[in-house]
Amino acid sequence: MPEQHEINTQIALPLSKAVEISFNSVKIRFGRSLITVSGIVLAIAFLMSIWAGNAIVDGLMNANDPKINLVLQQKGIEIDPDSAAAIQQRSKDSWLVVLSLLVCLVGIANAMLMSVTERFREIGTMKCMGALDGFIIKLFILESSFMGTAGTIIGVVVGFLLTTLLNMSSFGTVIFDYIPWVSILKSGVLAVFIGSFLSLMGGILPAYRAAKMEPVDAMSLEV
Amino acid sequence: MATEEKTEMAATAEVEASTIVRTQDVKKVYVMGEERIHALRGVDLEVTQGEYLSIMGPSGSGKSTLFNMVGGLDKPTEGKVYIDDVDVAQLDAYELAWLRCRKIGYIFQSYNLIPVMTALENVTLPMVFAGLTSDEAREKGVTLLTKVGLGERVTHKPFELSGGQQQRVAVARAFANDPAIILADEPTGNLDLTTGREIIELLREMNKESGVTVISATHDHKMLSVSDRVVWVRDGRVDRIINRDELKIEVGTIDGHEE
Repeated sequence: MPEQHEINTQIALPLSKAVEISFNSVKIRFGRSLITVSGIVLAIAFLMSIWAGNAIVDGLMNANDPKINLVLQQKGIEIDPDSAAAIQQRSKDSWLVVLSLLVCLVGIANAMLMSVTERFREIGTMKCMGALDGFIIKLFILESSFMGTAGTIIGVVVGFLLTTLLNMSSFGTVIFDYIPWVSILKSGVLAVFIGSFLSLMGGILPAYRAAKMEPVDAMSLEV
Repeated sequence: MATEEKTEMAATAEVEASTIVRTQDVKKVYVMGEERIHALRGVDLEVTQGEYLSIMGPSGSGKSTLFNMVGGLDKPTEGKVYIDDVDVAQLDAYELAWLRCRKIGYIFQSYNLIPVMTALENVTLPMVFAGLTSDEAREKGVTLLTKVGLGERVTHKPFELSGGQQQRVAVARAFANDPAIILADEPTGNLDLTTGREIIELLREMNKESGVTVISATHDHKMLSVSDRVVWVRDGRVDRIINRDELKIEVGTIDGHEE
């Protein structure tokens, strides 16, 4: 093709335009986006509440205040870290963390997969209009990260607040004296990272698959 | 833009009767489990610049497959497809995207508008890909939408438009980057008789006006009357090709059967 050298400059999707398109796409499909984001929020809130709950109880235990220890025991929490019951408790806790991570993985992957696969036709159409694979991937990276970041941040806040409220009703405001803020902040950051990463993967992988297809196949795909 | 089109038309007139799409013994085999389905069994076809060509055939005849090959939407198993003397199989992703963006305009049976975008945004999307600034694209998009009779509805979303109106948006979108070829896959398939006829007339009008080549896959006999040539496909082969002058007689008989 004689125009070969111009191709790079002629087919283009400037980032600002991509941001505009993908942001509008999230905004206009508000109802649908809300469901996707809710899936992410729930998954991350579950994970965060488990982490924060463990951290708060740990904080109370480390305080080693006789009054608190009494309440802890009343709640069925073993305070002696070397006792058989405490070891069992710890393995139950770590099992819960693994479980919540799994819920996170499946929930987010499912939410993102669905929101992308139902748009394969759109992807095929865009390719017919002359979109490069890269444009489509760019759009979906942006969309997934908007939804993923918003969802995980909300999820972390919701998860933390709910756990704090729950523990406050159990132990009273005393928990605020012993809350291990640093470790909770660490879990929060980790949860945001996990959530964003999973949403990004869940969004990009199917989009990448669709982008790589011949437009006809993408458009005629039944999902 | 009008002057631009005219110069393009002049250029088209100079190289009148040149071939814009050519297929050479194109075969397509789909593998479905153990079975090998021969959708196309060797098709040689030449499409002349500026003509209005209809590809007809019953479903399962290979009509859609041939149509997709000609449009660079699918790759043949064997044989070659040349668009503008370029072998499509040799193009890399960039060049293929360039071809789809600049040379070819697509119209689909089910319109395939992006549901979340307004009519104008749908029409300007290919222009954005082609590197036009937002202002240029908007101006050109409004002109195109006005041309297809939707000047009043530029901000409507697809679901706020009737089928015929959506297809008009699709027609405007197909013309976004002044393509050399318009590919219309059953453009009237989802439309009623009158609306379908309007779309066909619109396409024919734009074909005459800008000298764009229109290739349309259809089993709609209304399409025949406007076609310069009709290619009948059967069992993965070109059954017969009928020119416009011979067509008149045929159309009479077909319409007689139909109505």
